[in-house]
Amino acid sequence: MRTIEVLGSGCANCRRLEANAREAVTIAGVEAEVLHVTDPGDIVARGVMSTPGLVIDGRVVSAGRIPNAADIARWLTTEA
Amino acid sequence: MTTLALRRPTIPLPVVTAAAAIAWLMAWILEAPAADWVTFSVLGLEHGTHFGEAIAFFLEDLPKVLLLLTGIVTIVTLIRGFFPPERIRPILARRGLVPGSFAAAGLGVVTPFCSCSAVPLFIGFVEAGVPLGVTFAFLISSPMVNEVALVMLWGLFGPGIALLYMAAGLTVAIVGGLVIGRLGLERYVADYVWKLQAPAAQPMISIHLTWSDRLSDAWMYTRDLVRKLLPYLVAGIGLGALIHGYAPTDLVAAIGGRSNPFAVPIVVVLAVPMYSNAAGTIPIVQALLGKGMPLGTTLAFMMAVTAISLPEFVILRRVMKLPLLAVFIGVVATGIVTIGYLFNFVVS
Repeated sequence: MRTIEVLGSGCANCRRLEANAREAVTIAGVEAEVLHVTDPGDIVARGVMSTPGLVIDGRVVSAGRIPNAADIARWLTTEA
Repeated sequence: MTTLALRRPTIPLPVVTAAAAIAWLMAWILEAPAADWVTFSVLGLEHGTHFGEAIAFFLEDLPKVLLLLTGIVTIVTLIRGFFPPERIRPILARRGLVPGSFAAAGLGVVTPFCSCSAVPLFIGFVEAGVPLGVTFAFLISSPMVNEVALVMLWGLFGPGIALLYMAAGLTVAIVGGLVIGRLGLERYVADYVWKLQAPAAQPMISIHLTWSDRLSDAWMYTRDLVRKLLPYLVAGIGLGALIHGYAPTDLVAAIGGRSNPFAVPIVVVLAVPMYSNAAGTIPIVQALLGKGMPLGTTLAFMMAVTAISLPEFVILRRVMKLPLLAVFIGVVATGIVTIGYLFNFVVS
């Protein structure tokens, strides 16, 4: 079971990233839960200041950009 | 992560980039004569009439601003990708108030800023030991003096006005940071901010991006921005066209002109509920300048639209108590008004 966290205040970009992440889970065919972290303190605690950020299993893989579903799927499958 | 770069079966990146650049250049060269030809030959409108001049202005300006916007925003976003706040924070945390404020204002120019990131950015800076004044210098400079506004001003009005705008914005940011830093307002930062995790425990993240990632990010960002701005640009340039074709120069001069000593504060107050990206205000600025509004008043309007925005204040209220927010707004507004008067006084 993988954990994907989308870091962001709920703005349009964060929702788009969340949608991409969900699509990536389907593409990669892995079991994963997608969480949305909105608390700014929690976001900063991961070392991210530019939202949206993406965390897979506790590791920050992207910040301040919206990676597409294919990229996220690749991170999900290659770094298990 | 480079080794994992996905191979997309498409045309090579340099080819796409070069083709886009050439198409852009062609459009840039051809758009003014094309607009003229459509207005006066195809539509058969006459030179010198209100209607004809307004239409010509609209048809020439819309593609011009769109071209400038797409070209510049793509390049600038690409450059900005190399200066994420995560990377500049350690630089600012090591400086005192005075050098820090200068550095923060300067870095604010190249750093990407989105008001939805303002809160994590504020917390992240303060937590890492960046002085409050330095944090504010950055918060003021980043939305106000962005390179998109600078390059657009350069393209439409020449280097003089662009550099003046930059100098003015940096001055407001630096002085604002110094004033807020000297006032010792730390107790007005929301209490929970101080109780968060110790900065030492915050991980330094580093993410590797390929050129293909960077280019596609830049292009996606530009496409979204232009799409979002398009209705405002059409409205703004439409308004600009009306002002250009119809508004009697006397009217603009009466409200915003030299004879009205309160013109600068009036336009600053008018700008508060208006929120726009700096680039979105440029067509209006262009029309107002053309109608004889003094430069200081016009630039004050532009700075106020971008730096004093209600939505951003609502967001920042979550990390600041009211007195601090009030000081922030007060310092920025005062700075902008001062610069407006100064420009009107110096450039005449």
